[in-house]
Amino acid sequence: MIAIVDCKISNIRSVARAFEHIGQEAIVTSRQEDIEAAERIVLPGVGSFQQGMENLRRHNLVDILHREVVVGKKPLLGICLGMQLLAETGHENGPQAGLGFIKGECVRLAPPAATLKLPHMGWNDVAVCRDHPLLAGLSAAPCFYFCHSYHVVCPESDVLATCEYGANFTSVLVRGNIFAVQFHPEKSFDDGFQLLKNFSSQQQCL
Amino acid sequence: MPLKIRLIPVLLFADYSAVTTIRFGERRKAGSPVASVKLYSRQQVDELIFLDLNASSEGRGPLFDIIEDVIEESFMPLTVGGGITTLSDIENLLKRGADKVSINSGAYRNPALVRQASQAFGSQCIVVSVDVKKNGSGQDEVFVNSGTTGTGEEPLAYCRRQEDAGAGEILLTAIDHQGLRNGYNLELARMVAENVAIPTIINGGAGNPRHFVEAATEGRAPAIAASSIFQHTRHSPVEGRACLKEYGINAR
Repeated sequence: MIAIVDCKISNIRSVARAFEHIGQEAIVTSRQEDIEAAERIVLPGVGSFQQGMENLRRHNLVDILHREVVVGKKPLLGICLGMQLLAETGHENGPQAGLGFIKGECVRLAPPAATLKLPHMGWNDVAVCRDHPLLAGLSAAPCFYFCHSYHVVCPESDVLATCEYGANFTSVLVRGNIFAVQFHPEKSFDDGFQLLKNFSSQQQCL
Repeated sequence: MPLKIRLIPVLLFADYSAVTTIRFGERRKAGSPVASVKLYSRQQVDELIFLDLNASSEGRGPLFDIIEDVIEESFMPLTVGGGITTLSDIENLLKRGADKVSINSGAYRNPALVRQASQAFGSQCIVVSVDVKKNGSGQDEVFVNSGTTGTGEEPLAYCRRQEDAGAGEILLTAIDHQGLRNGYNLELARMVAENVAIPTIINGGAGNPRHFVEAATEGRAPAIAASSIFQHTRHSPVEGRACLKEYGINAR
């Protein structure tokens, strides 16, 4: 059973429907019991870093996630803002603490040329840096849907795939049992469904 | 640049039917909206924009039931618009599965709405829809209420104000070209697309896939929307993207 954390921010329904589509049982929940009982956890989100952290705190989700993911080593997939919240610090409207489950900071995408608008919105190519079961079976030129203005800067050893928008940024990171993607796999058709399938069957990676 | 240009079908909805319009006037039924959404989803379109045409004029908010039916059939990114006037409308739509909302007359009548909404939900979720046509003096002017009420606003200045207020994208529709299938208003498109820092989706006038190429090159649009071409001609979004690629434009 997969628990999709409902921190009351943005479109969770699409994430749930995507797991249904690939035949994986998933529930949308903010209840501690459900997160404890789940084998894997998904942390989605769209919106501001500040709002995301406030919502996690308000719904008493920070400690339970720390217990299950950092201590308990349950596989976790962070999506978009969910990826960003995993960082140690976010810099949207001033520095603020993130969950700190991974090393790194969340910063604004590099100031674009006049032709590069923000948010980075649309379908972009993802460049895979190394083989990993999370990215197995993707198309020859994997392309995913992005919708963001911030990104996570993390140690190079954690970077699994990049994407180019003005400069290269990390689009997929892996740190032990923690996986995070800047794009929306639930909106990215075949490549997205494949990634979610891979996460659903992913052995814990230590 | 690897970010691909987006080709986005617009599904207009009125009286429980998909419709197309000409210059925001004459309406023609185009079948079941859910059937259209299913088809677009099978074609794996880049995104879909769903607009409820009667909401503002009927003084009501979004029809959540039909929107839920649409959401259940689509895996692509979905923007929903029509009759959005409050933060609660937006929250309800996002909760039900819309990725973005499109605000038109509501953004004009309540200048604080876009700012409040982008702070609450993130700019990424907020599209401001701007309809433009020539007024009596032959100048481009922003109109609201489905093109019936002039605002006196110059399009670029208005778009920039909405951008400052926190809009994540502009959906720019040229009313005079809409539904005629003779091509986009490329001058208007380029003027806005090049002079705002957020993405502009241009809309109104596509009749064949070469119009998409023009929109990308001369119009400088990072995203191209179209409605009538997909409902009333043999051309599909799949063919549209193929045509863009044929002309060397990066599309999916």
